[in-house]
Amino acid sequence: MATSTRQADALVDFDAVLASYDPALGLEVHVELNTNTKMFCGCPAVFGGEPNTQVCPTCLGLPGAMPVVNRKAVESAIRIGLALNCDIAEWCRFARKNYFYPDMPKNFQTSQYDEPIAFDGWMDVEVGGETVRVEIERAHMEEDTGKSLHVGGATGRIHGADYSLVDYNRAGIPLIEIVTRPIVGAGAKAPEIARAYVAQLRDLIVALAVSEARMDQGNLRADVNLSLAPKGSGVLGTRTETKNVNSFRSVERAVRYEMQRHAAILDGGGSILQETRHWHEDTGVTTSGREKSDADDYRYFPEPDLVPVAPSRDWVDELRGTLPENPTVKRTRLQAEWGFTDLEMRDTVGAGAFGLVEETVAAGCAPQAARKWWLTELARRANESGVDIADLGVSPATVAEVQALVEAGTINDKLARQVFDGLLAGEGTPAEIVAARGLEMVSDEGALGAAVDKAIADNPDVAQKIRDGKVAAAGALIGAVMKEMRGQADAGRVRELVLERLG
Amino acid sequence: MPEITRDEVAHLATLARIDLDDAELDHLAPQLSVILESVASISAVAGDDVPPTSHALPLTNVFRDDVVVPGLTPEQALSGAPEQEQQRFAVPRILGDEQ
Repeated sequence: MATSTRQADALVDFDAVLASYDPALGLEVHVELNTNTKMFCGCPAVFGGEPNTQVCPTCLGLPGAMPVVNRKAVESAIRIGLALNCDIAEWCRFARKNYFYPDMPKNFQTSQYDEPIAFDGWMDVEVGGETVRVEIERAHMEEDTGKSLHVGGATGRIHGADYSLVDYNRAGIPLIEIVTRPIVGAGAKAPEIARAYVAQLRDLIVALAVSEARMDQGNLRADVNLSLAPKGSGVLGTRTETKNVNSFRSVERAVRYEMQRHAAILDGGGSILQETRHWHEDTGVTTSGREKSDADDYRYFPEPDLVPVAPSRDWVDELRGTLPENPTVKRTRLQAEWGFTDLEMRDTVGAGAFGLVEETVAAGCAPQAARKWWLTELARRANESGVDIADLGVSPATVAEVQALVEAGTINDKLARQVFDGLLAGEGTPAEIVAARGLEMVSDEGALGAAVDKAIADNPDVAQKIRDGKVAAAGALIGAVMKEMRGQADAGRVRELVLERLG
Repeated sequence: MPEITRDEVAHLATLARIDLDDAELDHLAPQLSVILESVASISAVAGDDVPPTSHALPLTNVFRDDVVVPGLTPEQALSGAPEQEQQRFAVPRILGDEQ
């Protein structure tokens, strides 16, 4: 008899997983909308208020309170659906998803069940220069839950907590849940496709301006479904659902980890238990959550307090007219405008920096300079800190400011790196950091000239070579001057001064 | 003909967090079956052209504008809470798992 196993003793090497199994991937992404108010009541939907200051009888589930649907939230849902090439329901209802957990004071979550507002769509995802079509099963409207704080116990997490404290400010904030169909045939690319899908979906949500879309603040939350089937069998294996994976990088890592963990269990003759898993960002592993309930156990039924939503085709067409440019078309257009090569473009998109470069250029930065800063300095620092580049805490406008300082001759590229150090350390604006750290380049011709004269005097051999016409030797003198000036000089101007004296 | 078994009633009771003992299950399961059968008799008179109805009124698209309206103060919100701490509702230790 096969045993059902939750924890694998060891992971199977990734290549070995692919030799024996085909992965199937599914992604559920929750998008918290940026409406002024909640889904079913007029409480503010802003982030970060004092506990229980944004609540009313409706979102607290008090007896007799009646919900009313937020029109703006329905518009956002339809726009998301249209942008994902979905059909928009002509008529659909909300449903009650019944469960007992104190994050929902009503003892049910108002959601949609078998009548989502948007369904049967797709999104083309670019992975390593290839386009993969991800099919969208549905996008439906629901509400967010409250936030629980677990008190006591060693870890602060659920296990070992003595009691819990609940803040309902978030309860009732509009959510759109976007569900893909199983993505099969991805093979070794499954982890990258998962990451690229979530990254591109975020770009789309940002372009639609329907959410703050900050993964680190939970505006965009991904659940990763994964299963393995014997290679070539064409069936779907038993899946696990890893909840709340909150960065692009983690999405990729979670898929990879679950593939390796499933394979270890299956190789050992075990079978996968259908359950939710928790992702641990620090250790890069998943641990067992709860056994997944059957949909039947939620006892879904139509929400009697909300009448059906029946968007007229005129309304849908009007909203279609508000959609931003198709991302693929836009990418092609901007690549031409920016003069990026295919490889530069692919690297930019692959690094999750496309939107950042776009915003940096919009803030007045030259495209190649924007690409350079994001893909070298900032990508490296994000990688070192293990965060997504978008969550580094440096805004596109700030990068444009740094480049403006370079172009004004206030600093050079090398000094700009120190400005980024300062930005990440929270030392203020680029101009403030230049002033505080004394990074401004020496433009005083007298001081520069003195340093050049000193370098010539210190290096008579080199100076003679230049007098003899070996201009390439000037590099050594420029280096000496830059060292003397602690890097705070315009190397081009130093070169001119050297050649003026020795030419 | 709808019928609800004793096991189904026991399962539903678990889901609804209602503690029923054997005697109560023996007593209630047949009653629930009778209720379901009685309600189902409506199906006998509904033709194929009558869709299942979930709402009493033939209304759609009842929306409100996305405008903030004043809610409750934290004191009001917490006034009915058996326990509170740090301006939050204190609830018993959670053994289950978030949805």
